[in-house]
Formats: sequence, structure tokens, C-alpha cells
Amino acid sequence: MPLPYYVSPEQMMQDKAEYAKKGIAKGRSLIVMEYEDGVLMVADNPSASLYKISEVYDTIALSGAGKYSEFENLRKAGIRHADLKGFMYSREDVTGRSLANAYSQTLGTVFSQELKPMEVEILVVQVGDNGRPNELYRISFDGSIFDERGYAVIGGKSEAGQIFLKERYKNAPPLKEALALCISALENVTNQKLPLEGLEIAVLARDRVGRKFRRVPAAEARRLLA
Amino acid sequence: MPLFSGDYYSSSFFDYLVQHRPDLTPGGRGGVPSTPSGQVPDEHRSAAVPPITRATTVLAIKYRGGVVIAGDRRATEGFQIADRRIEKVFKIDEHSAMAIAGAAGPCIEMARLFQTELEHYEKLEGMPLSCEGKANKLGQMVKANLPMVFQGLVVLPIYVGYDRKRDEGRIFKYDITGGRYEESDYYAIGSGGKDARNLIREHFRKDLSEPDALSVALRALYAAADEDVGTGGPDFVRGIYPTAKVVSAAGIVDVEESRVRSVYAALLDGKKREG
Repeated sequence: MPLPYYVSPEQMMQDKAEYAKKGIAKGRSLIVMEYEDGVLMVADNPSASLYKISEVYDTIALSGAGKYSEFENLRKAGIRHADLKGFMYSREDVTGRSLANAYSQTLGTVFSQELKPMEVEILVVQVGDNGRPNELYRISFDGSIFDERGYAVIGGKSEAGQIFLKERYKNAPPLKEALALCISALENVTNQKLPLEGLEIAVLARDRVGRKFRRVPAAEARRLLA
Repeated sequence: MPLFSGDYYSSSFFDYLVQHRPDLTPGGRGGVPSTPSGQVPDEHRSAAVPPITRATTVLAIKYRGGVVIAGDRRATEGFQIADRRIEKVFKIDEHSAMAIAGAAGPCIEMARLFQTELEHYEKLEGMPLSCEGKANKLGQMVKANLPMVFQGLVVLPIYVGYDRKRDEGRIFKYDITGGRYEESDYYAIGSGGKDARNLIREHFRKDLSEPDALSVALRALYAAADEDVGTGGPDFVRGIYPTAKVVSAAGIVDVEESRVRSVYAALLDGKKREG
């Protein structure tokens, strides 16, 4: 029996990270931004039915960049996690932090134990009500978790988007300004004009009662920007 | 709580519980009876078992723009009143509601589970279930409760929904085996259900207005409370009144207590004048 080649753990992790990063960068970008009355999510997504942004629970939404099938599995698992927790305890006990931790553990385990890491980067967003602040968690392919403030960009040339927003983002702008800023950031990253029909837009609106997630159709976005 | 529990691809929360968390399903065993044969408890045994809290008369009536669903507030344990303000009509989602009769604990649990079920499906699939789909799903849940029926824990719901495809309100009733039957005009269940149906039969017409349908519904509950000890009527002393919800194209709305009170006040005035 031939002996397998020895690969050092450092080398193996590096290879996996490079593989995952490449996969995620191939996709299109997605921006999450805090605005006056909640959190806005805008994805460069030409499909009208394969969503990159999803409702998870009353105040929690999930968005992801990278491989669609892997994101979809994570999304469904997250909704199951949240609904089970809400059913076992109560609706207010479902938190973005616990969901983000569960995702972090799952992605971390897959990254270190499976041959192929997951090619996804995800954002768990919770809109704060009753005077609590919003929470934005970015979870990387290897399970590392980052607590973001103000805005977050994932997928595609995400670094370029972050630099663009760093110069222009002011603390919690009105929805109209936030949407315009997100769109110009996405256009700047892709170097092309993006039609509103090619964007997936959703908000977690603090002023809504109960389930705060709502999709914003292109026609409504056009009226809002006019 | 692990995020991934095996390969699981269904969009049903109920099925998920049955497969992965049977301890959380109604009855706690995923529909498996706790006695080996699931036999009916005999009289001697049931005397030793503490009495079960039961909820009683609930009804639904169609009107021009949707459905009115209402229920009384009394829960009993044997010949004792267990609760004077129990809520038997539940909002399930933006376009549907259910009302329950039977053992109070499992009834409330089923309503909560059904709420989670519909929301879960909507989030996973990106679109809500059809009205028919929701009614069928509830039937499966009633069927899963069948082993509990033999232990005396009956759960019987009425489900009402606004079917946006057909543009009309719909009423579904169930039997203990999960059989699902659609009613074209009205229905009432529970210990005072028959009395309520008798009154509705006399006053029901097609295309009632919403206030008229509400009035018939509340009068039917009054009639049921008059004849049946298990059903509570309006309690002017404590300020407890039956609850009602209206399901229409615009969504589901709670009928305000002041409206219910004024209907009963007018009814009692009329009765006093008649002598």
C-alpha cells in the first residue's frame, strides 16, 4: 500500500482557505447597511427567484455570498434552528447572536474536518427594537465571526466596496440615502450601471409589528429613489 | 442544538419535530400511544386521573367579505370552572385563524405548532401555503393526535382562511381521525356546538354583512351558554366577553371588546323589554 504524501497542516489550511476565497470572490457582491429605522440589504442578483437574502425570524435576516446550494442549506438549517428555539421557549428568546454562533461552529467544523470547505460568506443581521442597537455578524468560510458596525460588504470584490463605503457612510442615514449609497457602491465595484430589476432589496424595518422582514420590489425602490 | 441534523429536505416543521424532536410533538411521543394498546381508559381509571381542562363552544360564520370566527371564554374541569378568560380563537397567520374545542392543553399546543408550521413553510419556500394546503396540513396534525384521543385528550379545530386565489372566505371542520370537511356557510363545535348551530340556522342568510354575521355569532354563543354548562356567556360583572376575529381579504382583525359588549348589551335590553 503506498503511503499518502505528507502535507503539513499549515499548507492544508492555506490551500483550503485559498480555494474558498476564490469561490466566494467569483460571485457578486452584497451590502448590508444600517439606516435610520432598521437595516437595509441590497444584493447584486439578476435572478428574481433564487434569493440571496432571506427572512429567518421576527427581527433576524440572513444574507450570503458564494455557492448557492451551500448557502441554501445553511439558510434552511438556520430557519429550523430559529423556529425550533422559538417554539421550545418563546419568540423573544430567538437571537441573532445565538444563530451567528451556530453558523460559526458549523462553518468552522466543515472547514477543519471536511475535504472541501464551504464556499460561502454569510451575514446574520438583527434589527434592534425597544432601544437596543442593531447587530451585524459576518461569518467567514472558516467559521471566524466578526461583529460589524454600520455596514458590511461580502462577495465579489468586497474590499473595494468596503473602501468605497468607508469614505461615504455616515451614521444611520435615511432609507432613501442608504439605498442610493448601496447602489452606487455596487455600481462602483462592478464598474457598470445596475438596473433596479437586477437588484434584490430587502429591509428589516424596526417600525413593523411582529415579523420585521420585508422585500422591496423594484417599482417601490424606484419610487423611493425618485 | 446542532445546526444540521441529518439529511432533511422537507419544508414541514411538524415533520421535522416528529423525526428529530418527538419529545416536542403534541403528546410528547410523536404520535405513539403511551399505553401499549392505546386502550380507552375505563371509568375507574379515569376517576383516579385528575380532571382535564376542556374548552367548549367555538363557531365560524361566513359573510359577504370573509368569515367571522368566535368562541366563548370558559374552561371546565369536570363540574368546576377552571378558567373564565381562556382564549380559544387563535390568529394563525395574516389570512387565517383557528378555533379549538377539546382538552385545553393539547389544543393550545396544536395552535402554537400550527402557527410555527405555516410560518416555517413560508420562510423556507419563499411563499405561503395555499388555503387548501393549510387546511390539509392541519388535518394531518389532528390525525397525528389520534392516539391521544383514546386517552381522553380530544383536540378538534375549526379552521378558517381567506382564499386569495378564489377571493372568498372558507371554513373547514375536522373529525378526530383528521378527516377534513369544508362547510359552505357556518359551523360550530364543542359541547354547546349543537345549540349554537341551531340558532345560526334560524338567522343565517347568504351574503350577510359583517356586523350582522358578528351579531349572529355572538347570539349563537349566548344561546349555547344558555343551554350548556360548559359554555360561558357574557359576564357583565367581571367584564369578560366572548372573543371574535374577522378574516377578510384585508387580513385578520380582532373584534374589539367594546363592540362585543355593545352587541350583548343590546341583546339583553331586548330580552328585558320582551319580559
